[in-house]
Amino acid sequence: MGILEVKNVGKRFGGLQALGDVNLSVAENSVHAIIGPNGAGKSTLLNCLVGKLIPDTGSVMFDGQSVLGRKPFKINQMGISRVFQTPEIFGELSVLENMLIPCFAKRDGAFHLSAFKNMLDDKEIIDRAQHMLEEMKMADKHSMNAASLSRGDKRRLEIGMCLSQEPRLLLLDEPTAGMARADTNNTIDLLKQISDERDITIAIIEHDMHVVFSLAERITVLAQGTPLVEDTPDNIKGHPKVREAYLGETQDAA
Amino acid sequence: MLKLNKRDTLLFVIVTAMVLLAPFLLNPFPQGSSMAQMFNAGYPDLMQRFVIFGILVIGFNILFGLTGYLSFGHAAFLGIGSYAAVWMFKLLSMNIIPALILSMIIAGIFSLAIGYVSLRRSGIYFSILTLAFAQMSYNLAYSVLGNPSSSYNLTNGETGLQLALDDPRILDGAAAANGALPVTKLFGLAMRDSYNLNVGGWLFTFNVGYYVAGILMLISFYVSIRIFRSPFGMMLRAVKSNQQRMNYTGLNTKPYTLAAFVISGMYAGLAGGLLSSMDPLAGAERMHWTASGEIVIMAILGGVGTLIGPIVGAGFNEYFKNILSKINDGVLHQWLSFLPDGLENFIVGILHYFVGKGWHLTLGLLFMLVIIFLPGGLVEGGQRLAKMFKSKKTDDESDSNNTPAE
Repeated sequence: MGILEVKNVGKRFGGLQALGDVNLSVAENSVHAIIGPNGAGKSTLLNCLVGKLIPDTGSVMFDGQSVLGRKPFKINQMGISRVFQTPEIFGELSVLENMLIPCFAKRDGAFHLSAFKNMLDDKEIIDRAQHMLEEMKMADKHSMNAASLSRGDKRRLEIGMCLSQEPRLLLLDEPTAGMARADTNNTIDLLKQISDERDITIAIIEHDMHVVFSLAERITVLAQGTPLVEDTPDNIKGHPKVREAYLGETQDAA
Repeated sequence: MLKLNKRDTLLFVIVTAMVLLAPFLLNPFPQGSSMAQMFNAGYPDLMQRFVIFGILVIGFNILFGLTGYLSFGHAAFLGIGSYAAVWMFKLLSMNIIPALILSMIIAGIFSLAIGYVSLRRSGIYFSILTLAFAQMSYNLAYSVLGNPSSSYNLTNGETGLQLALDDPRILDGAAAANGALPVTKLFGLAMRDSYNLNVGGWLFTFNVGYYVAGILMLISFYVSIRIFRSPFGMMLRAVKSNQQRMNYTGLNTKPYTLAAFVISGMYAGLAGGLLSSMDPLAGAERMHWTASGEIVIMAILGGVGTLIGPIVGAGFNEYFKNILSKINDGVLHQWLSFLPDGLENFIVGILHYFVGKGWHLTLGLLFMLVIIFLPGGLVEGGQRLAKMFKSKKTDDESDSNNTPAE
């Protein structure tokens, strides 16, 4: 039994059946990719996992507990962190402050009224945030405004912010969308390193086959709201159904 | 010092010095000169308004400046604080301490209720909700709860809530024995008492009420600096920056915004209580939506989200309101008497609309200029000036360094 169990999940928007009958099991400490053509329901599925959407049918269990009906911040506290397609960071705040916020959230919970403490006196949190920045190789940029970072650095920062919460499951929504090749490769290396060094499960939604085949241990192919096939990358590459639905052109191009 | 970093300490010391020395700073012209009549602002009533509105806008800035939630109904809390204080003067004691405490508590309760509902929405919808609540409060105070003939006359409607000789005043009712209305005081010190200092042609007035309000403003300012530098303050800035990321970082934004709303509501309550402490009369017009708008204008004028901005904005607004409304046609004629008669009359005829009762027009234009050219408020203007001087200085230094080489 996996750390994330999705059973018979369906979601309908008006006349559109976005998700049909999705079953998915993500094994602990694995890297699991979900791929599929545009409109396959990848993002809808992700939104159902983090509490942004509530599916019409089915269940989503994380570590034996249902996440359905919980607010995003509660689901995050259960140990699920999400990285967005366009990096969601605190643009007006400094890089260090960006890193401090998840550290405070991890230690102090959803709300903590500490209006009379000086932020910079909290050595424990500051150390943790700086340590994380070093790990992300961003320590030299700590006083920069986060909005002025490059796209690749924003992504790094966002991933670092998620990791500083020590999540058990990291969800990534097209983490390399709109990135240059060099930035994409850096991100792949970073994610590889994360999955090697930590007890963490990574679920990744991606368009870029290069990213998927470099990272994933298992791949689920989603088409028209239902999982077409789930297998290892090697088997997926050669799978006739997948080639027909989705991959054929990419391989021809390669 | 006081657990503040160097820059904040410096800022706090400067503000403290300005508050304490305001009677000198605001009276640069000798008593009786025409300049003094126009531009001196060192009299108690106006100085009290400077610091009291300073408190109000400092509090407003904790909500608007940090979280970005634009409340368009903050005057409601000012009014509620004023009424609460006057009731305390009527029922308990003329000492301002219980009055101020009750002002803050009642304003806090109202802001908790109004904030809880209004914060369900953000952006323009939040502003509209707060505006609606404030206008409801205004109308309740003006008519529904202010009917002198009804048994629940809380606000005394149009006339405004004021003291009466037959008020119970449980703790010090005897003070009014001589038939005059008692005065507000802090233990032995009456708020309206002043000490006058004559130096040469100058007259400096040190008013008890001003210094009480001034010290409370300094405390408010100190608290706001601490909030700005705390983890809580950072969370509030994070709310303004990206609520989505906060939610997906395990943080619940609602209690943060609500706490900021209540804190700023209590600041407004304190300011309202102080207004009543200086002059124990509370009217519904303090809660009118134009008063709420003025708070927003003062905050934006000074510089939203900056520490010193609210004080600068409140001071600027009150000062110009005061002098612009004092200038009349007679004064204009006096100033322009060097011009030929026809031209003089023509110019006075135009300026007539911008001064005296037309002060709104000038203040509005000043506000537009600030918004267009200094979107960060007057504080941004100050920062730009400081930068200009700095770069000039470094230019000079590099010049002098270059000279020997030549």
